[in-house]
Formats: sequence, structure tokens, C-alpha cells
Amino acid sequence: MSSEKVIPHSEAATRFNKDVERVNWHDETLWFVREKRDKSAHQIPDWELLRETASQIKNNVLSNIHDYLIEFEANAQKNGIIVHWAADAKEHNEIVHSIMAKHDVKQMVKSKSMLTEECHLNDYLAEKGIEVIDSDLGEYIVQLRKEPPSHIVLPAIHLKKEDVSETFHEHLGTQKGNIDPQYLTESARLSLRNTFLTRKVALTGVNFAIAETGEIVVCTNEGNADMGAHLADVHIACMGFEKLIPQRKHLGIFLRLLARSATGQPITTFSSHFKKPRDGKEIHIVIVDNGRSTQLGREDFRNSLKCIRCGACMNTCPVYRRSGGHSYHNAVAGPIGSILAPNLDMSKNADLPFASTLCGSCTNVCPVKIDIHDQLYKWRQVLVKEGHTPKAKTVAMKTMATVLANPTIFNIAGKSGRFVMKNIPGLVNNKMNKWYDQREMPEVPEESFREWYKKNSREAKAKDNE
Amino acid sequence: MKIGLFIPCYVDQFYPKVGIATYELLQKLGCEVHFPMGQTCCGQPMANSGYQYLTKGCDANFIANFAGFDYIVCPSGSCVLHVKEHLHDEKQEEVAAEMRKKVFELTEFITDILKVDTIEGNFPYRVGMHVSCHGQRGLKLSQMTELNAPFFSKPEQLLHNIKGLDLVSLSRKDECCGFGGTFCVTEEAVSVKMGQDRIKDHENHHVDYITGGDMSCLMHLEGILKRQKSPIKTIHIAEILNSLEN
Ligand code: SF4
Repeated sequence: MSSEKVIPHSEAATRFNKDVERVNWHDETLWFVREKRDKSAHQIPDWELLRETASQIKNNVLSNIHDYLIEFEANAQKNGIIVHWAADAKEHNEIVHSIMAKHDVKQMVKSKSMLTEECHLNDYLAEKGIEVIDSDLGEYIVQLRKEPPSHIVLPAIHLKKEDVSETFHEHLGTQKGNIDPQYLTESARLSLRNTFLTRKVALTGVNFAIAETGEIVVCTNEGNADMGAHLADVHIACMGFEKLIPQRKHLGIFLRLLARSATGQPITTFSSHFKKPRDGKEIHIVIVDNGRSTQLGREDFRNSLKCIRCGACMNTCPVYRRSGGHSYHNAVAGPIGSILAPNLDMSKNADLPFASTLCGSCTNVCPVKIDIHDQLYKWRQVLVKEGHTPKAKTVAMKTMATVLANPTIFNIAGKSGRFVMKNIPGLVNNKMNKWYDQREMPEVPEESFREWYKKNSREAKAKDNE
Repeated sequence: MKIGLFIPCYVDQFYPKVGIATYELLQKLGCEVHFPMGQTCCGQPMANSGYQYLTKGCDANFIANFAGFDYIVCPSGSCVLHVKEHLHDEKQEEVAAEMRKKVFELTEFITDILKVDTIEGNFPYRVGMHVSCHGQRGLKLSQMTELNAPFFSKPEQLLHNIKGLDLVSLSRKDECCGFGGTFCVTEEAVSVKMGQDRIKDHENHHVDYITGGDMSCLMHLEGILKRQKSPIKTIHIAEILNSLEN
């Protein structure tokens, strides 16, 4: 994977910013969602307590993950579910394929699962001649366009209705130029309905897996997961192992937090429990590691595994809103994606923890209280230590460190050409002065504060009077 | 009460007026203020770029300069937060730990330590407050919109008795301006866009001035305002609080 060439975040974001109207629209749409989240969160007096409780439940899960997984597997098997374990993306994909092969099925209907995005399942299955239809509207749109989703909850948020209309005209034969959302949704639904009726295998994600009962819960707004799973003979549910919660009674806490954080809704339209297969049908659960146990072992970053994928940190992130999800070149974009991605591949994703101002808004909205911006700061330290920074930057930083540690040199440098402005904040490692492209430089004053102080402070005056 | 005045490197070099206002204001409030001449930079630009391991020299220099003061006060939430969270010295860890507790941002020092509720002054303009992230979310100088908790604002509270000052309420109260230290150049496109959007909010509310507690954010906004030839000016809150003639 490391050899894969990716466009660095800053470069992709620069491109995204070329279309000002689109950036504004992207920013405003997501801000609207963030405001809805605020409104509905602020209606719950115990909101902060709810977050704290969820956070602690997840801490408990992560500390005892081994036991909970064993418990979950045993209970799921008791219910007649077939449980598989996948160490990495490759194994996950192979397992899914083997189930399809066993049933000799060449078509699959899928309802939003970010895990399969993470594992690049669609590409893998396509190579094996299996056709996958993503059934959620947003997913369906990006799939038709051969793009990855740009947001974990709102996969097509980077597209305007004009774009969707174009795509549907091309692929579904809708009227050219008709941008009526009702019409477009209806057209997609009609085309999908046929898919649901004919697919024998349905794949869904998992929002919560309950150790105590061995059941899984899938939260959706469109109900496509249910449609797919209920009509198919085989239901494959794929989950990262961190999706576990200990008991059913804990579910209410997470359901209250999830939808409010994601979209500002009190609860998702459908919160479907799957516990045992109907007669003659099969349910498979694939439990995936794919780097999660490594992350669990990184003390500074293990908290990131508490994530329930609500997307709130993306909606609130001022950088995400102005750079678009694709600029993060990772299945999970935004602040949390920038923590998860380097765990999977440091060299490929070394830019992501720097795609943040560390403003901390993400940490505040996170329903499970992940210290997101602190983890981004910590990743920066790790990435520098592991040598994933350009050499020039390291040299510049070392020079700066020497100057700043020595007041005499600092003063001389300050006077001779205002060292600070040339080197701080971060004008290092830039042949052209990136500050000046769209900003004026500060005016250089007659004297620095310390020069003024030497002449005018009480101490200086007292000395003069001596 | 002996105060060590901590003036961030770029304020020293580019915004001496902010240093002077802070110095004079603290004196007016009855403090004995000293500026240790050997101070340079808190090391944040390096640390936030991932080079915290290179800040040992800065840390040692900071400690050498500020040891012995009752409090260390600074007109920048961001630099204070850095010191509070990251000042260490293997050789004298106890001293470092003590200093992490003694360092304060200017407005929180005035409200929490000096227990001053508001300050008299005169600034007859329409003013928008740029709430800087590190001060607000890091030091908790004011309530954050994301949390479900009652409103408060230490800097705003101090402005209440400034004559003529008309503080506007922005649409996005505490959105980041996009400065972010080295972020402002490494992610130039996004940084500038964020700054422009921040300014737009102030423009929509017809402000004469944008104020705040962090000169670095204001420097970034000022750079954009000047490029846009905007009549809106930036001013550090210390300058407003020090607006009454001695
Ligand atoms: S990190 Fe927190 S806010 Fe972001 S998606 Fe995960 S749970 Fe939601």
C-alpha cells in the first residue's frame, strides 16, 4: 500500500478551493448539520453526562475486548449465526467472497458499510466477477460515478443536485437537467427496488454488536439495510471488532447519541436488531481486525477505537468543510480519519494529522469523548520521529530551535530583518512565501517591545533617575 | 504580586503596542510587572509541527527567565496553553510543574486571579470578538458552542464597562479563523478560505474592529483584511482594555 501514490491533503484541498461557490456550499451544508446537532444536543439536559457514560462504556469494552468478543461469538453462535474472523482487509474480502461462492451467487446488494470501503471490497469482488450494488442513495450515487464516499454519514455531500441529475441522466436515463430532488430520489428508488427483489445475498454494516445477546444492531434512515437483509437468503454483516457493547441496556445510550450527533435527529428512522436467521436463511458476521489491535496497543491512540462513526467531528471541522472528504485519501475522512489512517499506513497518510488547526471543536462534539485534536498533535510527534517529514523542514526546525533557545542570537536575528516573521509561524520549508500569496505581511514597527521596554519601563526609568 | 510578563516572540517583534498595552494595564491594576529580557519563544511553532523534541532549549530558557515570579502573564491564549500543556525540564521537573500552574492568559488572570469583573474604558466602535480556539477550548476562557453548558466569557465580561463599545453577536460564534501556526502556510488554501469566511461573518455584522485575545489569529485576519483593502481593523483586547487615559 505504501507505494501507492496519493495526492497530499493540502494539494487536493487547494484544488477543491478553486471552485469558491462549491466550497461555500459544502461548508454551509455541513454547518447546517452541525447546527442541527447543537440544537438537538442542547435539548437534552443530561447530554454531557450521556457522553461521559458512553465514553466509559467504550473504555470498558476496549479494556476487556478479548472477553467481550468471546462472549459475543458464543452467544451469536447459540443464536445460529455463523461467525468469521478476519485479520486484515484481504482476509475479510476472501471470507465474503467464499460465502458468495458457496451459494454460487454473482450479485450482491449492500447497505452502507464503511468497513467494506476500508477493505476495498467492491473492487475485490468486481475482479471476481461479482456485481455489487450499493443501495443507500448517497452510496448509490457515488458508486455510479465511480467515486469513493466523501463522508461516513453523508457519502455524496460533495455533490450538488445538478451533479446528481447529470449522473442519473447518464446511468438511469432520467430527464436531462431535471434537478427536482423528489424526482431524482424516486428514480433511484425504482431502479433499486428491482435490485432488492433479485439479490440473494445482502451485505450490511454493523453499528452495535451486543456481547450479552449475540445480536447486532444496524441504524439507517432509508431502511435499505432491512430491505436487503430481509429479502435475501444470506445476510453478511461486517464489523470492526470495536463495535461491541457489553449489554443490551447500554444500547439506549448510544442510540440517543448517534443520530443526534450525526444529523440532529432524535433517533435514526430504523434501528434494526438482527439476532437469528429465519428458517432456511443464513446470517454471517465477519469480525475484522485490520490494524485495530495495533491501534489498541498504541496507548496514545487507543481511544480512537471508541468511535461510533457518527460523523459529527467532520461536520464541525472547519478544515473538512473547506477541503472536502476526498482530500483525505482514506475511507474515513476528517479528524477521526486522520487518526485512523496513519495507523494503517504511516508513510501514505503522514500528511493527514497536519490537516488540522487543532481548534478542538471535534473533541467537543464527539459523543464518546475521543480526545481527537490531542491525538492529532501526538501523531505529528510520532510521524516526525519516524522520519515521515521532508528533510528541509527538519533542518529548518533545527535551526529555529537553536535560535530560539538562545536569547542573544534571537535578539540579533530579530533586529536583523525580523527573524521571527521569516521563520515563524512556519514560513520555513517554503521557497515562496506562502503567507504573502493572499495575505499582506504585518508592518514592521520602529522598535520591538523589548526595545521599548528598555527605554520606558519603570525599571529603566528608575535606573535613569539614579 | 510580582508578575513576569511573557510577550510572545512575534508580538515582541511585530506588535509592540500589544505588549505595551498589556504592561500598562497590569500596572494600572496594581501589579508589579517585569519583562525578563532573556525570553524568546515558548516553542509552540516547533511542537505543533511535530518537533516537540526540539523544544528542550526553549523550555530551559523559559524556565530560566520566569523562575521566581508569582505569576506569568501573557496576552496570548495559544502560547499560554502550550506552556501549560508542554513545559517540561528533566533537570528541574518540579519547577516546570509549578510554572505550568502559574502561567495565565491576560483576561483570565484579570478575572480569576485579580478578581476584577470589568474594566473602565472608552472605545466607541462596533466590535466583533474573534474567539481564538486555544484560548477558548484549551484554556476555557469562554463557553464553547458545542457543549451543553451555560454561557460565560471572561474576555467579553471585561468589555462590559468600556464606553461606547458595541459588541456584536456573530453568526458562528467560535469558528476557527484558520491560522493554526504552521498550518497557515502548509495548508495555505484552506487557511486563507477560513480566514476570509471568518471576516465575512464580521462584515455581515458591520463591525469597525475585530478584537481577540490572540494576536496570531488577528495577524492572519489583518493580513487578509489589508489584502482585501477592507476598512475593518484588528485590535488586541489588551489595547481596548487599556484605552482609558492614565
Ligand atoms: S470520532 Fe467521535 S465525532 Fe468523530 S465520527 Fe467518531 S464518534 Fe463521531
